[in-house]
Amino acid sequence: MGKPILVVGGGISGVTAAVEAAEVGAEVVLIEKQPTLGGRVAQLRYYFPKLCPPTCGLEINYRRIKSNPRIKVYTMAEVLEVNGAPGNYNVKIKIAPRYVNDNCTACGECEKVCEGERISDFDFGLSKTKAIYLPHPVAFPMKYVLDKDALAPGDLERIMAACKYNAIEPEMKEQILELEVGSIIWATGWKPYDATKLDNLGYGKYANVITNMQMERMASPWGPTQGKIVRPSDNQPPKKVAFVQCAGSRDENHLPFCSYICCLASLKHSLYLAEQDPEAESYIFYIDLRTPGRYEKFLKKAEAEAKINFIKGKVAKIEEDPETNDLIVTAEDTLSGKKISQKVDLVVLALGMQPSLASAEIKGIKIDQNGFVVEEEGMISCGCAKMPLDVMTSNETATGAALKAIQIIKRG
Amino acid sequence: MEKIGVFICSSCNIGDRLELADLENAAKDQGAAVVYTKEFLCSKEGKAFIEEKIAQDGLDAVSICACSQRVNYEVFSFDQVAVDRVSLREGVVWSRFLLGENGEILEDTAEYVSGVTFKDELMALAKDYVRMSVAKLQTYKKPEPFKPEEEISKVILVIGGGVAGLTAALEAAKAGYEVVLVEKEKELGGFVAKMKAHCEVNPPFQKLVPPVVKDLIAQVEANDKIKVYKGAVVTNIAGAPGLFQVKIKQGGKEEEIKIGSIVLAAGFKPYDASKLADLGYGVIPSVVTNVKFEEMAKNGALVRPSDGAPVKSVLFIQCAGQRDENHLPYCSGFCCLASLKQAQYVREADPEAKAFIVYDHMRTMGIFENFYKTLQNDPGVFLTKGKVVSITEGENGKVKVLVDETLLGEKIEVEVDLVVLATGMVPVTAEESVLNLEYRQGPGLPELELFYGYADSNFICFPYETRRTGIYAAGAIHQPMTIQQAIEDAKGAALKAIQCLVAIEEGHAVHPRTWDYAYPEWDLKMCTQCKRCTEECPFGALNEDEKGNPLTNITRCRRCGTCFGACPQRIINFKDYSIDMVSTMIKATEMPEQGYEQYRLMAFVCENDALPALDMVAYNKKPLPVAFRIIPVRCLGAVNVAFIKDSMSKGYDGILLLGCKYGENYQCHFIKGSELANRRMENVAETLQQLALESERVTIHTVAIDEVDLVVEKMQKFTEEIKGFGENPFKGW
Repeated sequence: MGKPILVVGGGISGVTAAVEAAEVGAEVVLIEKQPTLGGRVAQLRYYFPKLCPPTCGLEINYRRIKSNPRIKVYTMAEVLEVNGAPGNYNVKIKIAPRYVNDNCTACGECEKVCEGERISDFDFGLSKTKAIYLPHPVAFPMKYVLDKDALAPGDLERIMAACKYNAIEPEMKEQILELEVGSIIWATGWKPYDATKLDNLGYGKYANVITNMQMERMASPWGPTQGKIVRPSDNQPPKKVAFVQCAGSRDENHLPFCSYICCLASLKHSLYLAEQDPEAESYIFYIDLRTPGRYEKFLKKAEAEAKINFIKGKVAKIEEDPETNDLIVTAEDTLSGKKISQKVDLVVLALGMQPSLASAEIKGIKIDQNGFVVEEEGMISCGCAKMPLDVMTSNETATGAALKAIQIIKRG
Repeated sequence: MEKIGVFICSSCNIGDRLELADLENAAKDQGAAVVYTKEFLCSKEGKAFIEEKIAQDGLDAVSICACSQRVNYEVFSFDQVAVDRVSLREGVVWSRFLLGENGEILEDTAEYVSGVTFKDELMALAKDYVRMSVAKLQTYKKPEPFKPEEEISKVILVIGGGVAGLTAALEAAKAGYEVVLVEKEKELGGFVAKMKAHCEVNPPFQKLVPPVVKDLIAQVEANDKIKVYKGAVVTNIAGAPGLFQVKIKQGGKEEEIKIGSIVLAAGFKPYDASKLADLGYGVIPSVVTNVKFEEMAKNGALVRPSDGAPVKSVLFIQCAGQRDENHLPYCSGFCCLASLKQAQYVREADPEAKAFIVYDHMRTMGIFENFYKTLQNDPGVFLTKGKVVSITEGENGKVKVLVDETLLGEKIEVEVDLVVLATGMVPVTAEESVLNLEYRQGPGLPELELFYGYADSNFICFPYETRRTGIYAAGAIHQPMTIQQAIEDAKGAALKAIQCLVAIEEGHAVHPRTWDYAYPEWDLKMCTQCKRCTEECPFGALNEDEKGNPLTNITRCRRCGTCFGACPQRIINFKDYSIDMVSTMIKATEMPEQGYEQYRLMAFVCENDALPALDMVAYNKKPLPVAFRIIPVRCLGAVNVAFIKDSMSKGYDGILLLGCKYGENYQCHFIKGSELANRRMENVAETLQQLALESERVTIHTVAIDEVDLVVEKMQKFTEEIKGFGENPFKGW
């Protein structure tokens, strides 16, 4: 069916675009910057509104990838530059060294003897991994990665001795790959907005101010606290939790757009809290509660099953009681016109999504002022590289993107 | 398969904990032609070794006794040779440990019970697995792609000629496919064609543009791959994907055409505003719906219906008849944008005119925030959260609206020329089947009440999933959505329709078992016309003849095996998954004699979620009871009662079924599998009671893929319960 399609990004959108295109008969190259596929959704405990684990759908999609020889996957890979025209692109791709080759059986012996540690980016800093680590329990590919900078003295020798399969390659070099492809699907997704830019909200300053993605990691049974939601300052389960909606979103100084998922995520987090402690109270500070379409039912569910206080008002500031590490959230309740000061145990910032390519410099691709990919013929965007979306709609755009990409390669 | 080779890997602790020579003997004893043990089987050398032996020994099937089937999939794949995977690593050495009193892992040589070490039990398990694999391959037949006798049609039918239908038709045609587009109205374009304008469908989503359908209609009508039927309806759809016979009625004529797959884009109807008398509709002439207002704006006549006076002020009431249990319980997703747009019409028609929008939550999702900002910047548009308390006729033809809980902190009363109710959308599938399928299970998509009548998917990851194969919904019949989303959605649905045709041509299943070439085959001589298969198929794949015999439609089939599980006559089988196969596997295991005091438990485990969860148990090195033998199944719906009977008569003391969650938010990828299995348990319980066996010996549990601790707990608890009942008295019979 002509030249291959390149899919950039191995999150749920990219994986979907890749399998959907390949199952129509296209050759697909799927590249992912991280050492594993799965993207943001792999970091979530549950999807709203079904409260089902994202790994369930990923598992099916991985099986579709594994059983389809038309899909070639590269992890730790990113695009450097794109040249050419629709139907005929030359793409330069950089593959970072994993320092672990395909011999790895994921037996885990290396991890046992490794002493050096690194901060887990997968857990948003809430935990540490060894210098040699498996990115995720459902990692794809199921291979270890070595972070050479995190090795302790003697680690490398120990790791190499422990590996019976000659899988450790400390001399592995960065590779440059040049691909000839017919069309490109940008499924590069999003990253949480930098919370430290929100001065008034105390992130990074107060221990008990966390982000919504950190909340997901804590709630995950495979996360840093094995599913227990606790205050970072004292590891105690919180009784009162404030959710600051539109943290960075709908704000000209930060992200001017609405990030689509944060209201629903905070409602979901309130349900996590209720599951752990039915008496725990949420305080959701919002501008508008955005639960469109059928999600209205999820709002009703959260209202019924979790103790939620909704306050329509933007949070002005967050202060810490240095004695207790409790937090005082100040906002104006726009309905009563009164100033509210609420003392809580934990604050969750409903951080907005910033497109991953917001500050990227890739030759040959157009990015708008917010960082979203500008579509052109042959260069199709989907998921949150296109606009802020939920998972279901992302997958609709990803499936559609597969068709647009196929039209180009069929035409040749 | 006749010549089976068994390859045992000694790496990843397998060789450390198991006596591989004993495993080799078990394989030979079961009938393997050759058995090899080698370290690091997944290496290049390992793969080359297997390939060499396949050629040298003339093998037609291989059993790879190494790691889970979920890993090294591409390594252990060999052309022309059947492959079975035995999970010695995840399934045995990484998940079965003897724990001491304080939870510490004890040596395998430790005594488990009197005279039996843990190693003995571990070896019994591993040997059973090797034997089961050989037995499985002995009964395995190579699947052949399904080829229908009739010629396959590759024409795509699009039902509905609105923005979604037009887009789907055009995009499918651009990919080289022929399309038949059926539109009920005399003209194409649907609701969007009746609009004056709408928010732009491309970035930056700030301004209004003329309806996009004008250009779409022109393109569709000029495209020689698209045949358009206007003023026409689909009256009947018979057959199956690739082989649909579709009757289209246009005027007085009815025509039958062959169709491959279908995009359902029949759109929505506005909610019946006559139910909104409490908001003044039908009572006060100057209260209109957003649909009526659009028509007024398009006609350039923004005048009061009461007296024809020009409109100087308009108040929009959001969520009219929506998000309300007495009306539409959901949000229609488009009305905030629509009212903002219509407020702009008011301002453009007369810069002195004012627009008020009273909302509960302004829902301009994502980047559509830009259009909200455009209107927020207009000083003539007043936006407030609020609740409408009353709507009454004012003086001089005005309408008085009292609004409470506003952002001003007090009740406000506004007198306007016109009130517009932002009413919502009702998918046409809420009221009629649209498809008129000649299917045994009914003419439409089933159980849409789960989605308020929308032809929506239950699966977040798979938005185009429907329970009628080859039929994919797009646009406002699919989910409440905006124009921009409908355009995106239609492209996706068109792709799925094309993909279905490719799958039929290649002879394999569509999602989720896209890799699967096998399909169910009926031995109808033995059929008793019990109709369980035709009734229980979650995808309505089967019709019936007049006697009640099932009529198969393989291209509708999703290979879940629910029919296979349902059949009391055991006459439904797949080439690579049969009653005989599982029965042979059960028989191949070794059962200790009565009084051994070591229990043997069988688990039928769904390979979609529960089996990966067990792999996670292994990666976390948590202990599963060593008593369990695990047989992966494609879905719990594909567990035939025969498996349970065979296991009981073999002497298994207890049987556990592990599958996906069911209920409203079901996670079963085949909709009903685990739910049906649970229902079948009732019959099983009766049978057990007749045999004077405790019904709890056969139990079903649901588990999600991430519930690692829970699955361990459930399996341990089941083991304890069975111990309470004592051994299966039929052991050794």
